[in-house]
Amino acid sequence: MELDLMFILGKLILITVILLGSLGIAMYATWAERKVAAVMQDRRGPNRAGFMGLFQPLADGGKLFFKEEIIPDRSTRFLFIMGPGLAMLTALMTSAVVPWGPDIVTNSGVISLQVADINIGILFIFGVVSLGVYGVMLGGWASNNKFSLLSSIRAASQAISYELAMGITLVALLMMTGSLSLREIVDQQHGFWDNGYFTWNAFKQPLGFLIFFVCSLAELNRAPFDLPECESELNMGYHQEYSSMKLGFYLFAEYINMFIGTVVMSTLFLGGYNFPFMDQVAAAVNPILFSTICLMVLLTKAIFLILFIMAIRWTLPRFRYDQLMRLGWKSLIPLALVNMVITGVVILWVIK
Amino acid sequence: MKLTNRAAPINRDPMTFGEKIYIPAIAKGLSITLGHVFKKKATVQYPEEKRPFSPVFRGVQVLNRDEEGRERCTACGLCALACPAEAITMEAAERKPGEEHLYREEKYAAKYEINMLRCIYCGFCEEACPKDAVYLSETVMPTNYTRESFIYKKEDMLIPNPKK
Repeated sequence: MELDLMFILGKLILITVILLGSLGIAMYATWAERKVAAVMQDRRGPNRAGFMGLFQPLADGGKLFFKEEIIPDRSTRFLFIMGPGLAMLTALMTSAVVPWGPDIVTNSGVISLQVADINIGILFIFGVVSLGVYGVMLGGWASNNKFSLLSSIRAASQAISYELAMGITLVALLMMTGSLSLREIVDQQHGFWDNGYFTWNAFKQPLGFLIFFVCSLAELNRAPFDLPECESELNMGYHQEYSSMKLGFYLFAEYINMFIGTVVMSTLFLGGYNFPFMDQVAAAVNPILFSTICLMVLLTKAIFLILFIMAIRWTLPRFRYDQLMRLGWKSLIPLALVNMVITGVVILWVIK
Repeated sequence: MKLTNRAAPINRDPMTFGEKIYIPAIAKGLSITLGHVFKKKATVQYPEEKRPFSPVFRGVQVLNRDEEGRERCTACGLCALACPAEAITMEAAERKPGEEHLYREEKYAAKYEINMLRCIYCGFCEEACPKDAVYLSETVMPTNYTRESFIYKKEDMLIPNPKK
């Protein structure tokens, strides 16, 4: 009984830390986004609130909290309020199965840096990410606004189209790993170099990684696939009627999604918390410090990917809707299928 | 008929494989935007860092004093006459004995107002003034909330007394 209580308490602390951490990183992602946009356009970006504008996200959040909450008269009130909540919920839920670092083995027991090591980790992530469409769809529909509805339909069809290619890429990856558990997939990518080849999946599945990356851009509603927020056609997108912190939740959920998405991407393809010469480092330092280093490695990869996604956003123009669909259905899905077939052939006949 | 030689024919060739997969173009675009990260920033950090005004800049008016700190304006009204926007009004008064340290001539402006909302900063008042009393300074007019506050009184525009 006592052990169970300790277990639950430990998990609660872990969940709290992960949630607060991803909220914090999402907060500073907004700051980073503005800074990246600024330096690319020869500007300075936010630099008045605190050193280098580091308090800017707090100011933004405070502003959003104190703004007037408007619920349109003809909206479906319950769903209207549920939309942003659902978006936020699904954004936060995916962090549960991500292995943030190796187990810390101490004298008193093993501390796991993963909330739930379920054996269908990837399926869980995909299920929850697909649910994320509901947040957008409900919000857009409940607003009783044509533009919102149009943009949420766009978001839904875009997400579904790109999930296909993403799923097929993942099938190729799973044929290699033979496991759906994220923990096992990360363990298979241990270190950096083994048996004369890289251990990270990105090097074994370069095409798969590329397709997965492009599809996650579309899943995250990031440019050049940010059709749902296409201001020039749809005013603001599905959150047109939203104000105050409900709007904040939508925007924030997007950044959390981006953070979790990049973490999942680094876990699946870029070796997760593994880094070169990790065995030597593990032998040299104590387990807690080693886990911290591993966590930092994972976060570095995620932040690097986030910065790359931001660089793409401020470089590329938005796709037109037919171009988006053509790219998804006529290029990415066939490519993903070819990738899957090649992977199968290689596994069956070449490696055995 | 060809009017200029600037027209370029549109390239209607079918896209090559490299163009179709976008990736070389994306890499090129990224290299351009990332190159801008290291370029000089165009921003002027305004309150700390100000751009120099041009030497002929015409800003908000000031009323000048002479070397002994006496008001130069004699309320002749030439500036009001020259003003194309009709922004200047004034009332003259006669200098009393004992006020010689305040006003330079026998006549002075008891009231001198410029409506800064009408003023177009043409500088004709400065040119018209025979007594070198009104000048356009190198200051931008400060903003305010009410219309009344933009009607500048004599006290708002007089430069500080050098004797004090």
